[in-house]
Order: sequence, then C-alpha cells, then structure tokens
Amino acid sequence: MSTAEMALPKRTIPIGTILLQAFLILVAITQIYPLIWLAFFSLKDNSEIFSGDVANLPKQFLWSNYAKALSEGHVLTYFFNSVFVTAVSIILVLILSSMTGYAITRMNWKLSGLTLTIILLGMMVPIHAALLPLFMVLKNLGLLNSYWSLIIPYVAFGIPMAVFILGSFFRGVPRELEEAAVIDGCGIYRTFFSIILPLVRPAISTVAIFTFLSCWNELMFAVTFINKESMQTLTVGMMSMVGTYITQWGIIGAGLMITTIPTIIIYLLLNKQVQKSMIAGAVKG
Amino acid sequence: MMNSVFSNKTAITIFVLPTLLIFCAIVLVPIFVSSYYSLLDWNGVGKGAYIGFHNYVELFTDSRALNSMKNSLLFAAASIFIQLPLSLLLALILASNVKGEGFYRTVYFIPVLISTVVIAQLWSKIYNADYGLLNTLLENVGLSHLAQDWLGQKKTALIASFIPTLWQYIGYHMLLMYAGAKSISQDIFEAAKIDGASRVRTAFLITIPLMKPVLKVCLVFSVIGAFKVFDLIYVLTGGGPFFTTEVPSTLMYTTIFDTYRYGYGSAISVFIILECLVVTLIINKFIKTE
Repeated sequence: MSTAEMALPKRTIPIGTILLQAFLILVAITQIYPLIWLAFFSLKDNSEIFSGDVANLPKQFLWSNYAKALSEGHVLTYFFNSVFVTAVSIILVLILSSMTGYAITRMNWKLSGLTLTIILLGMMVPIHAALLPLFMVLKNLGLLNSYWSLIIPYVAFGIPMAVFILGSFFRGVPRELEEAAVIDGCGIYRTFFSIILPLVRPAISTVAIFTFLSCWNELMFAVTFINKESMQTLTVGMMSMVGTYITQWGIIGAGLMITTIPTIIIYLLLNKQVQKSMIAGAVKG
Repeated sequence: MMNSVFSNKTAITIFVLPTLLIFCAIVLVPIFVSSYYSLLDWNGVGKGAYIGFHNYVELFTDSRALNSMKNSLLFAAASIFIQLPLSLLLALILASNVKGEGFYRTVYFIPVLISTVVIAQLWSKIYNADYGLLNTLLENVGLSHLAQDWLGQKKTALIASFIPTLWQYIGYHMLLMYAGAKSISQDIFEAAKIDGASRVRTAFLITIPLMKPVLKVCLVFSVIGAFKVFDLIYVLTGGGPFFTTEVPSTLMYTTIFDTYRYGYGSAISVFIILECLVVTLIINKFIKTE
C-alpha cells in the first residue's frame, strides 16, 4: 500500500501540476505586466510610443525622461512633500497610539473599556465623513496648504487601527516583566519606554508599514487641502503633472515610476512583514 | 506598589488624552458636523438656511444621485461575484503546498501596494483609444474589430473602470484568504485524505466552511470598498462620460467643490457613512462566526 501511495502521485500529478503552474504563471503575468509596461514606456519617447508598438522594449533607454520628470515636472518637490508628511504622520501615530494602547490594555482605570470602544469605532468611519468639516476648519484657521493640514487628519485616521494592533500585542506581554521592572525601581514611564516598547517591535513595524501605505497613497484629503504646487504630495502632483504633460507619456511614465519605486523597494525588502501587517489590519473581528 | 504604578492618574492622562483629543476632533466630531450641514441649504459663505431633510429627499429622487448609487451597487456586486471567487480560487491553490507558493503570493500582492492614482493613470494609458496597450494587443491577436475607446463611451466605461479595482485588490483578498486557509489545522486535511476525499471535495466541504471568519472580513471589505471608491474614478474618468461611471463619493466631491452645494454634498457623505455602517451590521448579523 505504501508503494502504491508513493507511486500514484508521481504518475498522476505532473499534468495537473503543469496546468496549475501555467494558470498561476498566467495570473502572475496579468498582475505584473501592466507595471513592466509602465517601466517600458517611462523610458521611451513619444514617437516610439505613438508608432504603435507600445508593447515592446524601448529601442533605447531614455533616462532623460526621469531627469525631466524630477526637474521640470517638480516630482522631486512632490516626492519630498510625500516623504515628509508620511514620515511625520508615522512617527506621531506610533507615539500616540503606543502610549494609548498601553494605557488601555495594561493600566487600571475605569474608563479604559469605553475609550477602547470609541477609538475602535473609528475604524468604521470613512474619511468622506470628515472632508467638508475639516476643510471648513482648516480654511478658517488658515491652515490649508500647510503640511499640518494633511498630517493631523492622517494621524487621527491612523490611530484606530494602530491602537488596535499595538493593543493586541501589549496584551501578549507577560505581567511578570512589568512587575520585575517595577520591583527594580522603574517608574511607569521607564517600564513602558525601555522595557515594554522594545518587546513589541513587530507590532511597531506593522503599524509603520500600514500608516506608510495609507499616507503615501492618500488622495482625497491631499487634493482638497493642498492646491499650492510647492506643497503637493506625489498623488496630487501626479494628477496635475498628467495635465501639464498630457502629450508626453514618457515623462508621465517616469513620474509614475518614481512614485511607485519606493513602495516596491520597501515591499521587496520587508515582504513578509508587509504581508503580515496587511493581515493584522484585517483581522479585527 | 504595583497598583500605584499601574493606576498612576497622571501617566494615564498623558498617555491617553492627546490621542483622544485629536481622534475626537478629527474623526468623531466631523460626523456630527456633517450631519448638521446636511440639513442646510448652504454654499459655504455666511450662514446656511435650515431646510430639514430636503437634501435627503433630493438624494433619493435625483436621477444622477440614484445612478451613482446604482453604480456603486454594481461595483459591490462585481466585487462579490467576480473578485472574491477568483481570490478564493487563488488562495486555495496557493495554500495547498504548490511549488512557488511564496513567489506567487509576493507577486500577486504587488498591485495592492501601488497608489490608486498611479493605477488609474496606468490604466487610462492601457485603455487609450489610439495608442493604448489593450487595443494594440487586440490588433496583434487579430481582434482589431474589438478595439475601441474603452473609457470614452457609455457602454464600456463602467466595466472598464471596474477592471483596475478588480486587478488591484485580488491580491489583497487572496492574501487574507490564504492566511485563513493556512491557519486550519493540518490534521483535518490528513483525515480527509485518509477518507479518500478529492481535492475539490475537501475544499468545498472542509476548507471553505472553516474559512468563514476570514471570508466574512473579505466580504465586508469588498462591499465597503465599493461604496467608498473615490480615487480610481476621480482620476480615471471623473465620473464621465455623461455620469456613466459616477459613484456617490465622486458625486459628493463635485457637489461640494465644483457646484458649492455644501448641504447636499454633506447629505451624500452622511449617506456613505450610513451605507457602510448598515452593510457591516447586516453582514455581521447574517454571517455568524465564533
């Protein structure tokens, strides 16, 4: 029986395996080819794109499209704005939500449950809800066209998910560690910052990745609160750039590639962690 | 000593208050403000006139608004009946120890990470009537009679604007479902194998039922995602041609920032919030999980 079982898969599986692999490869090509095509056309000039063979490799690699996108197209400015807004938002989300997540899950106070419920409700609120009220407030405060007009909402809308993820990690830390720290004379701040926080590093990177993706790619607030070109982030900048360079696909393609490359690099470096954080973001019960 | 450290009132205040303030000010209070605005006839200048539920009456009688709701329902239906089954198929295949599992999982997920603005621009180039990739491919395989202006005409625009979303998020649902399938204990599959159950039978009778919690999450995400969709439509078609691809969020945006009808726009935003909330509650009520 054991030999039959061993032999059976060897004879029957190949055809099925080949079909299955062919299917999986076909899906992989579908998922990836549009991006490869984008990379190709970012290196072509108009005559090559418009001559009809849009699908082929560039005849010669026009890196000057990238240079032009960066200088004339202001992509460098948009890029810096996106990096700044995203970085500050990530840092603030991490500081605020780790402290709050800790206080809610590990410290003793009457309203901790209620506070958690209120914050987690925020995960269900679409950003559409806040668009007009925030626009009015920012306008009245003269904060439109400032980095804060994006950072503050990004932080606020990032908090619920971050508190959720960090909170569930804090819950898994053994009580004994905190007790030992306190017995050794640590106060609450030292216990939190130098004992507990380093233990939840995976959760911190999960939250950082999650916040990065949502801030880096956000459009609705960015297009509403910022109209000064020098303050625009990549998503908005790309929209206006397409208007300006409507007939120069190569340059637009280069701009789109510059927007995309950082995300792809981060993904290829941290691919397991990124996938985990996307799963963690979903499993909120 | 423990108690005094862990119920330190000052520390709790320092840890919680800033977060709570920013969260309430930016996320919670605006919901109430939007609800209030939605009862006004207001162009943003001066004080608005209170008109009760008139904006909501208009929302449910105006053909343009109803059409946008119809479109988002079609988006939701396409997500449920096309995107989720495809993702499930891929997840089940990848979770069954096929060769290259990790590679495929990584590749399928890449579009999820890319900004929707980039994806919309990219697909508008793919769909371009004169030089686009899609028409070129059709010509190369001898189907040039099918080549057309995909986003420019009424009959193809809606389906053409749905495909990029499908393409972008298949990897996300696949990953969630894959994680769900992988978390099922291997013993159950061993037992099924010993009983002689085929792969397909095992999938339908064991794997899928056990994946119910994650399938529910995917269902909620895809429906809410369809109701909230904004970036893609805004960049790809702007709701055109002739409102054929308009969805509530783009209608809300143009109502507020192009026609300055702040009250009516707020009514649409309240509608979107309620729609998402109700759907989540319904799905949670009808699909019970532990």
